This record gives sequence, structure tokens and C-alpha cells, in this order.
Amino acid sequence: MLGCFYAAVSIGLSVSFGLLDVPHVAHPAIMVLGSYCTWMLSVRGWDPIVAGVVLMPLFFVLGVLIYRFYYEVFEKRGSDAGVRGLAFFFGLAFIIEVGLILVFGVDQRSVEAAYIGKSFSVGDFRIPMRMVVAFGVALLLTFSLSIYLSKTFTGRAIKAVAQDEPALRLMGANPVRIKQWAFGIATAVSALAGAMLIIVSPVEPAIDRLYIGRTFCVVVLAGLGSMTGTLAAGLILGVAESIVLMQLGASWAPAVAFSLLLIVLGIRPQGLFGR
Amino acid sequence: MSGRNFWIGAVAVLVLGVGLPLAPVINEYFFYAGYMVLTFVVLATAWNILGGYAGYVNFGPPAFFGVGAYAAVLLFKWVQAPLAAQIAGGAAIAGLLGFGVGLLTLRLRGIFFAIATVAVVFIMETLMINWRYVGGATGLQLLRPPVELFDSYTRMLFAVMALMSVAAVSIARYIQVSWIGRGLRALRDSEEAAESSGVPTLKLKLFACTVSGALMGAAGAPMPMYLSFIEPASTFNLSYTIGALGSAIIGGMSHWLGPIVGAILLGTLQQVVTVTISSEMNVLVVGVLLVLFVVAAPEGIVGLFKRIFKK
Repeated sequence: MLGCFYAAVSIGLSVSFGLLDVPHVAHPAIMVLGSYCTWMLSVRGWDPIVAGVVLMPLFFVLGVLIYRFYYEVFEKRGSDAGVRGLAFFFGLAFIIEVGLILVFGVDQRSVEAAYIGKSFSVGDFRIPMRMVVAFGVALLLTFSLSIYLSKTFTGRAIKAVAQDEPALRLMGANPVRIKQWAFGIATAVSALAGAMLIIVSPVEPAIDRLYIGRTFCVVVLAGLGSMTGTLAAGLILGVAESIVLMQLGASWAPAVAFSLLLIVLGIRPQGLFGR
Repeated sequence: MSGRNFWIGAVAVLVLGVGLPLAPVINEYFFYAGYMVLTFVVLATAWNILGGYAGYVNFGPPAFFGVGAYAAVLLFKWVQAPLAAQIAGGAAIAGLLGFGVGLLTLRLRGIFFAIATVAVVFIMETLMINWRYVGGATGLQLLRPPVELFDSYTRMLFAVMALMSVAAVSIARYIQVSWIGRGLRALRDSEEAAESSGVPTLKLKLFACTVSGALMGAAGAPMPMYLSFIEPASTFNLSYTIGALGSAIIGGMSHWLGPIVGAILLGTLQQVVTVTISSEMNVLVVGVLLVLFVVAAPEGIVGLFKRIFKK
């Protein structure tokens, strides 16, 4: 179940980085921003998931703006976008993180909802209700996104952009608009992922650093842009982390995602389900 | 700048760097803050060897910096090694780590390389958290040995760091003007083209990784003595990344002067902001400046000056 959750937090990145080749290091930071927005709504009595869904259009606009800016400044100029684009997103991540620290302080925040404290047991296992909720939403999110990408016209267009941009331009479509749309979706999805993040565990501003490892690990392990691969890779990471947690203790857990990432990058950079 | 002028400048800086701490008049805080600025000069210069010349974005300065610091602690705790040996040890271990990272990530480019280096930071941090001998997660107090010649330990560290800055910049400059720098620039522009015209890209990348790592390790080695304390969370903090990368980009990546200008500017600004406002604010300032420069002046300050002088 942790695995499905990891898949859900990574799926936005899978679109923005995997399909669009945008070096989106700020993805986890935007997700944490989503968590904090959810928290702000939930102290006013909103349900966190409802809050996450409400935030999606807002984050969609934010994503469109970020991409537009990125395109105008870096992609259009073409050469050497690599180093500077990376630096740009890295700086953005830090600005979001420190902005959150300045507004909310470094304390951990968590949300309240009817289903959060509860748990139920199946045989010997006790399963906390909050994980079930996150699991459900994660599954729904992954499947709806993968259906969207393979069945609808815009979804197919996004995949087409990923494969061959000049060809799409020749067909008379505007790749920039499609990418902008896709980046918007990716950001909107990370708002909902942020809501789940704060349901599953308390959130602090600097938590995005850990999730850089987890999300990129899942996306790279999955093979860039593969939605079902993302789900599988999330599961692998979740299981690996749980095993280490039980065998070696909590202090080793953060290294799992990063080590897995290094191993995958070193041995099979195209991932398990690569194109 | 011609070779002779450079060496005259280097000697002048060196005399100033060692002479100032010997003069008893200046405020102690100047050296305390100046040490950090000089540390960033070394870090940014080291980062630029790989990031600026070769175009490989390294998000991992804290890994090398931290490994250097921990190597120094280990040597100190084990055999009470003097500072010079600590620095040499830190540089050696971090250089080795750089070589290893280079070997592992040779096939990776762009964002994959960057993310791999972030991974190295977190893995190193986790290792140190779980290593009881060097203090684990709670950290370790260190007792500074007495100093001769200088009035205080901080003053001596300032002089040492000034020496290392000059050394780091000399190395960076040598790399820039020699065939190594030309090779690195060639592989930045097009790795395939460089390889097929006979540039040994593989060896050059490994060399750049190793030198860059070793310099960062050397910069980190005196850190535990400077704080008389070491602890993983702050040693492997990603804000060193943004400091090193920010300095190089703001100063200008194409010239050895860039990281120095950037680091002095950013480092001083950071010290001022930390003292007058808060330490969170200083990271914010660096982040905003970084984004601003990347967007508006991609050639950095050195690039801006070049453009003005051409007109």
C-alpha cells in the first residue's frame, strides 16, 4: 500500500519529466506546497481529499504558468538549457521550501478527518484507515491518468509530443500548447498527491528532499513515461523500504530509495519498462 | 588575465590571507565570517570544474564536503592527526568518492547525473547517521588543540582556507587554460563530436570528477574544527549545493574568475542576511538570486562585464 502511495506521488513527475523531458526537480516541492494548501483548507473544516481535488484546477494554472515561463526562458533559446534549466528548478524548489518555512515554521503539520485515526484488522494485520484511503485515491489516480493518456485525443497528443516533436509540428499541431497542457495536468495531480501525503504522514517543509529520491527512483525504475510501470515501480520501492525498515531500523530507510535509484541508473538507465 | 599577472595576484591574496589573521587589531568576527566565504570560494571553484567547464550539474557538493569533514574527524579521533593531515585525508577520501561516482555515472547525462549525485548525498548521510564511532545522528564534540603563531584557532583556519582558495583557483585556472579545459568544453558542447575527434572524454570526465570531489573534500575537512562539532544533518545539508552552484552560476561559469566573484558576493550577502534577518532568509535570498540570474543573465556577472567592455 505504501508502494501505491509512492506511485501516486510520482505519477505527476512521470508525466512532466518522463514524457516532456523537463528536468522538474521542483516536483516534490510543489507537492509539499499542495500538502500545506490542503492543511490550510482542512483547518477550516474541509475534508483533505476534497481540498486536494479543489486545489487541482489552481495547481493546473500554476503548472501552465511554470511551463510557459520555462519554455520562454530556456527551451526557446535552445542551447545549454540543461545546466540552467536544472539550476532554475533547483532554485525554485528551494524558494518554495523556504517560503513554506517562513510562513508556517519548521513544525510538522497534520490533518484531521474522520477516517484518519482509525484502523481495522484483517487476520493478524492491522491496517490503518488512512493508508486505505491513500491507496484508493492513488489507484484511481494512476488508472484514470493512464486511460486518459491512451484513450483521449489530448492524451494521445501528449504521448506524441514525447515521441517526436518535429513530426507533430509538421502535422499542424502546436507542441508547446500540448506540453503546457500536460505540465498543467502533472502539477494538478501533484496537488492531490500532496493532499495524500499529508493524510499518510505529518508534513514538514524540508520533506521534499526525501521525496526527490523517492519520486525520481520510481520514475526512473518505471522507465520514463510508463504509467503502469510507475505503479509497479512504486510497489517495488514500497516493499524494499518496508523490508529495510523491519530488518535494519528506521534510520536506514531514507537511503533505500536513493540506493535503488543509483543501482537502476548504474545498471539499467532505461528502467524496467522503458520505451 | 595573463599568466604572470595571475601569479602576482595569487601571491598578493596569499600574503593578505595569511597576514591579516596575524595582525592583532581586526575583529575576531571578521575571520569567523570570512572563513565561510572562503569555503564557498573553494566549493564554487570545485563545482565549476565539473559543472561549468564540462556541463555536468553536480547536486552533490554536500556529499564530498561532508565526507571530507568526516574523514578529518576520523583521523583526529583516531590518531590526533594535525590539521594538515586532516585536510589531506579529507581531500583523498573525497577524491576517491568522486572517482567512484564518476565511474558509476559515466553513462549518465544531464538530469540523470544530477539526480544520481543527490542520491550520493543522502546515502552518505545515512551511513554517517548509523556510524556510532563518529557520533551517529547526535553528533560529536571536538576539542580544538592549542595554536601557535596565531591569536586564535579561527584566525589560523582563516589563513589555511585562504591558502586553499588560492590553490583551488590555481588548479581551476590551470585546467581552464590547458588542453584538459579545452577537452572538457568540447565534451560539454557535444560529447559525441568530442569523442569522435579524439578527445578522451571518459578519462577527462573521471579526472574532473576526482579533482572536483577532492577540492570539495579539502574544503570540508577543517569544518569540524571550525565548529568544534560535527553532526550529519547540517554537514550533508543541500544548502551547500545551492551555495556552490549559485555562486558559480551567479558569478559566471565559463571563467575561473566567475565562481570567486559569485562566492564572495553570495557568501558576504549570506553572512549579512543571517546575522541581520534569519538563516532561513539567507537560503531564500540565494534561491531568488539564482533563479533571477539563470533567467536574466545566464552568463553571470563575469559575462555581464565582458559584454559591457566589448561595447
